[in-house]
Amino acid sequence: MSAPATTTAGYLESLLAGQPQLPASPLAWLNTLRAEAVDRVGALTVPTVRDEEWRFTDISPLTKLSFQPVSAPTSLQAADIERFYIEEATTRLVFVDGVYAPQLSSVAADAGVVVTNLAAAATDLAAIAPHLGQHAAFHDDVFAALNTAFLHDAAVLVVPRNVAVSAPVHLLFIATQKEAASYPRCLLLAESGCAVTVIEDYVALQEEAYFTNAVTEIALADNARVNHIRVQREGAQAFHIANCAVSLARASHFHSVSVALGARISRYNLNTLQTAEGTECIVDGLALIANNQLADTHTCIDHAQPHGVSRQQHKCIAGGNAHAVFNGKIMVRPGAQRTDSSQSSHNLLLSGRAHVDTKPQLEIFADDVKCTHGATVGQLDSEEVFYLRSRGLSEIVARNMLTYAFGAEIIERIPVASLKRQLGQTVLEQTSSQT
Amino acid sequence: MIYQDSKTILEVRGLRANVNGVEILKGLDLTVKSGEIHAIMGPNGSGKSTFSKVLAGHSAYEVTGGTVLFEGKNLFELAPEERARAGVFLAFQYPIEIPGVANSQFLRLTYNTVQAERGKDELDPLEFDDYVREKMKLLEMNPDFLDRSVNEGFSGGEKKRNEILQMAMLEPKLAILDETDSGLDIDALRIVSNGVNHLANKDNAMVLVTHYQRLLNYIVPDYVHVMEAGRIIKTGGKELALELETRGYDWVSAESKAARLAA
Ligand SMILES: Nc1ncnc2c1ncn2[C@@H]1O[C@H](COP(=O)(O)OP(=O)(O)O)[C@@H](O)[C@H]1O
Ligand SMILES: [Mg+2]
Repeated sequence: MSAPATTTAGYLESLLAGQPQLPASPLAWLNTLRAEAVDRVGALTVPTVRDEEWRFTDISPLTKLSFQPVSAPTSLQAADIERFYIEEATTRLVFVDGVYAPQLSSVAADAGVVVTNLAAAATDLAAIAPHLGQHAAFHDDVFAALNTAFLHDAAVLVVPRNVAVSAPVHLLFIATQKEAASYPRCLLLAESGCAVTVIEDYVALQEEAYFTNAVTEIALADNARVNHIRVQREGAQAFHIANCAVSLARASHFHSVSVALGARISRYNLNTLQTAEGTECIVDGLALIANNQLADTHTCIDHAQPHGVSRQQHKCIAGGNAHAVFNGKIMVRPGAQRTDSSQSSHNLLLSGRAHVDTKPQLEIFADDVKCTHGATVGQLDSEEVFYLRSRGLSEIVARNMLTYAFGAEIIERIPVASLKRQLGQTVLEQTSSQT
Repeated sequence: MIYQDSKTILEVRGLRANVNGVEILKGLDLTVKSGEIHAIMGPNGSGKSTFSKVLAGHSAYEVTGGTVLFEGKNLFELAPEERARAGVFLAFQYPIEIPGVANSQFLRLTYNTVQAERGKDELDPLEFDDYVREKMKLLEMNPDFLDRSVNEGFSGGEKKRNEILQMAMLEPKLAILDETDSGLDIDALRIVSNGVNHLANKDNAMVLVTHYQRLLNYIVPDYVHVMEAGRIIKTGGKELALELETRGYDWVSAESKAARLAA
């Protein structure tokens, strides 16, 4: 069924050509990195359903999309995008169709964090060279390679040693142009003992097809604490493919909540790597989809060192003809003794045509470990529905309430009150519109 | 209390119902009038909960025969939520836990939904909070239960109190309490009974399904019925409960068999 390799090669060329030629960076290492990535794009092909990792997710519709160059700079005004603001986040970087928009961004004076974009500040941020492009492996992933080939305008956050940043930082990616391909890139360096909450947020101001190909790299130094909240609320016809790679040093703590609501086809790969002892990694996810949407989440939690804790809870709510995919790999490498890991995947089908493919994948090569996992796929509990109806609630209200509650368990874990409220409302509206 | 000019609230005639194709209710008759308190007793498995669920409209219970009139209207024409709004309330033997739905949110939504249907005023969250805390005081319930998920992690007794709280808010015409007393310690039994007595008046009616006579020390029934194998086989006054307590059910069963043979 998949397109022959020549076509995908042609397609990749068209993607490469669709982007304005990047000026050479003053940073030699950045030019080298990009050149390497361009080489990899040349060597790789677009995955098809014959690739094990893409078995359930047919992205051939993406290869049929034609691309127009992004018209920068944007004419958007603050008033156009205010509704996306998150009140607690006094620091906000805005990217429009992948291009940094300084006039729409604001950095609080007391942010406590170095926030910048790569194009503006790379020269005085020597710290980033050892990290950028080093966590998100692009050698085998054509999308990460493409993103790296276009590396230019990344959002860069450096949280200094022992600084606890009180206000969350909002990275807002806005899609405004149809048939555009954008390459959002984030790098978060959490230095030792720091604490920060970052919201990576994808929104759209138009409903036609476009392509977001994002890469995020997060490096936690010893004892750092990072909350990473990811909200994918792209337009209904969007293609969204994203890679996030996280590296955890000694006794660091990473909590991520990712919520996928939008896009026609979305794929999120989250890889966490434990590089020293005693880390904690909490990974929560919710996909709420309907109509003909497909949301695919692939995670890999790599316990490469002893005494690592990981807790993963992933939920999908699929209505209409929607298709949710979850592949959760837990790797416990030889020597990673005393690993304590749990994973659950709970899935709710709201219609007879919706479906879910969920696959836990435990690869355990150490003997003194505790690893649990469980997966369920089901409909709403009829006894719960009856209980609510017996108290006077209509069947529709009862079902919405239960659907909402199912998703709210994940939303509740977002440590930003206004975003939690906002997403709660979105979930409520989306579930009501499906019945 | 039995009143002279009472109205018939519930009229059950020859009710038959199946669960999974097995007949459980086999011709049940019962008349309940306003102001009355009825107790239904009987051995485990005799069909008491089945009867309660049929009245509330649970779809797993298939009605195969007979009629049930609620205030003169065919109860089976109403969906479960319509029955609740019309004033039928079932306190579940095993209240359902609903993770993720805050008890306060659930209580307010049910209260406002039923109020609106009855043409009465709804309460905003602040007003409702005052209202529900007042009701909780009557039941000596800790307000913390408002913030927890519906019934989740509640002890048996806490779940039962939460049921009575809902009953107190929804002010039903007909309340069916399915073994609300089981699993309650003496204090909780007293509190729950006070709640029920507080609510009972000449315009509504209560049906208490129970195993134990001890509940009837706190809530005095006008009628006591004995259920066996899906039928009511004996009806008496409150003294019947005491007799059942001392003599068990076997004699009632034997008596009804003899009566049927004679007929
Ligand atoms: N949902 C059900 N599925 C199968 N059997 C049931 C179900 N509910 C009740 N029954 C059966 O119906 C009979 C009566 O049960 P129930 O009404 O719970 O009795 P009681 O409340 O008097 O103890 C029992 O034999 C029970 O096993
Ligand atoms: Mg029972």
